[in-house]
Amino acid sequence: MNFSKSFRNTFLVILLSLIVSACATKKTTTKVEGQMQGDVYTGTDTVKYLADGVPDRVFFATNESILTTKSRDTLRKQANWLRENSSINVVVEGHADERGTREYNLALGERRANAAKDYLITYGISADRISVISYGKERPVDSGSNPLSWSKNRRSVTVKAN
Amino acid sequence: MIRIINSFFIIFFLLSAKAYSLIEIDITRGNLDPLPIAVSPLFQDDSSKRNSINELKIENVGAEISLVVENNLKISGLFNPLSKEAFLQKPDIAHLKPRFEDWALIKAQALITGKVTIEDKKLKVEFRLWDILAGREMMALAFTTVPSNWRRVGHIISDKVYERLTGEKGYFDTRIIYVSEEGPKTARVKKLAIMDQDGFNTKYLTLGNELVLTPRFNPTSQMVTYLSYFKNLPRVYLLDIETGTQEVVGDFPGMTFAPRFSPDGKKIIMSFAKDGNSDIYTMDLENRIVERITNHPSIDTSPSYSPDNRFITFNSDRSGFQQIYVMKSDGSNVKRISFGKGLYGTPVWSPRGDLIAFTKLHKGKFYIGVMRTDGSGERLLTENYYQEAPSWSPNGRVLIFYRETKSNDKGEGFSAKLWSIDLTGYNERQVQTETDASDPSWSSLLSN
Repeated sequence: MNFSKSFRNTFLVILLSLIVSACATKKTTTKVEGQMQGDVYTGTDTVKYLADGVPDRVFFATNESILTTKSRDTLRKQANWLRENSSINVVVEGHADERGTREYNLALGERRANAAKDYLITYGISADRISVISYGKERPVDSGSNPLSWSKNRRSVTVKAN
Repeated sequence: MIRIINSFFIIFFLLSAKAYSLIEIDITRGNLDPLPIAVSPLFQDDSSKRNSINELKIENVGAEISLVVENNLKISGLFNPLSKEAFLQKPDIAHLKPRFEDWALIKAQALITGKVTIEDKKLKVEFRLWDILAGREMMALAFTTVPSNWRRVGHIISDKVYERLTGEKGYFDTRIIYVSEEGPKTARVKKLAIMDQDGFNTKYLTLGNELVLTPRFNPTSQMVTYLSYFKNLPRVYLLDIETGTQEVVGDFPGMTFAPRFSPDGKKIIMSFAKDGNSDIYTMDLENRIVERITNHPSIDTSPSYSPDNRFITFNSDRSGFQQIYVMKSDGSNVKRISFGKGLYGTPVWSPRGDLIAFTKLHKGKFYIGVMRTDGSGERLLTENYYQEAPSWSPNGRVLIFYRETKSNDKGEGFSAKLWSIDLTGYNERQVQTETDASDPSWSSLLSN
């Protein structure tokens, strides 16, 4: 009797703490889920459009230049649009967030812009229609100092050149 | 453009024989016990005062020069200049022969006295450094220049006193080139700016029409190399700050960045980015020959020569993350030297040759630190939310760098300022600039 009562109390405590921690986890994940996956931005509030349904930018993880599934999807849309509009040339701008040394970020921005450019070439766009420029961390779109702002700034943006 | 170095003729001559002295500053310990020093206003007679007003619109340039000296000695952290209100002896009498008891009474251990005359558009200055405890003269010097150079006179006196009392060359008659910043983070306007080491005589070298970054002094001349986005083509430029002429460095089919001069001033070393890969190149400024130094699919950037030109330290992510490497100046014998926790960037070789300063990122904090050239003896000097890009004072004693503050979600609260810190980790202080500032680079001594 005594044993089972104390067992029950312990059990209750564990159960309660599970509920509490579940709430806590749920709260943080829902906040992040809407805008970021890992630390890659997945929202749209800074995205502009080259044409209807063709987003102009893709986002990267910290220190990375690997294209996510979503980024490749965006770049394929850009490639399709560029094929249909063969007189238009583009500049791919590479950008980094503010949490890195200036010179390394210039190189990183260049690497990101080229990752996007290479993907467009793979989908049939001629290399001489695409130029690249790196701005490193010099041209953020979001001026906040928090993980969400930084994720919006780690990007490559395809801009019409003519 | 702007003519900055005006002619400066210094005639040094010793007024008396060298005297051995008892005071010495132990500079290995930082500023724990700064030396009490009295800087008496340099004496100026009435006719000279009239000329001073005519030439400079300053009545007592002798007193102004002593303030320059006092401020320099104070910001070095090694001296404690005493309040002039406590001085018992008049400047003219003190300069002839100080009453050592009077100066000892206010706890001064050293005393600077001097005399200024302005005649025929020439500024003549003589000064003496006295050892109060030993009761004797330590140094006496005189020189002549154009009156408008009066602040530099103060810097040169500071350098002489610093050298005499510490045994190391000073760093006061120097300038800082940096990037002046204004406007919101998303549309920052950046200009090249130059100022005296103590924050005076700021001049803007570009108008802000294009983005400019990372200016660096040539250690042997009044040339600067920097990155400009002129016509939206990011390229390394060479600028003569005396004549204002500038030119693109080399003919590269892509972005060149992270430039720095070799210590002999004959080459520019920089990164060139092609197809997403950055490697290190040099260009000889005489024959324009370009050499490729690294050839690796990783990012290689932020190169800096050793003072003997034999080695290069640089930043690479060839291990997967940003780390510091050292190689021979022909690109052979590449060795990683940073092995601590975190990411490392912006290595800069000390002008003394024994240390490399760097920026480190670890667990969301940025550090300025130093390590030996084999990577041993890592010491972190300062921790902050964001700071980077250390540049050495010409004597290898002080580092200047920039620090940014965190902004809120609206981007408010952001600032970028220059800071300096002693090699020992003591005497961290903000360097005053007219605007926000970043990417500082320290010049060599202008005289000596």
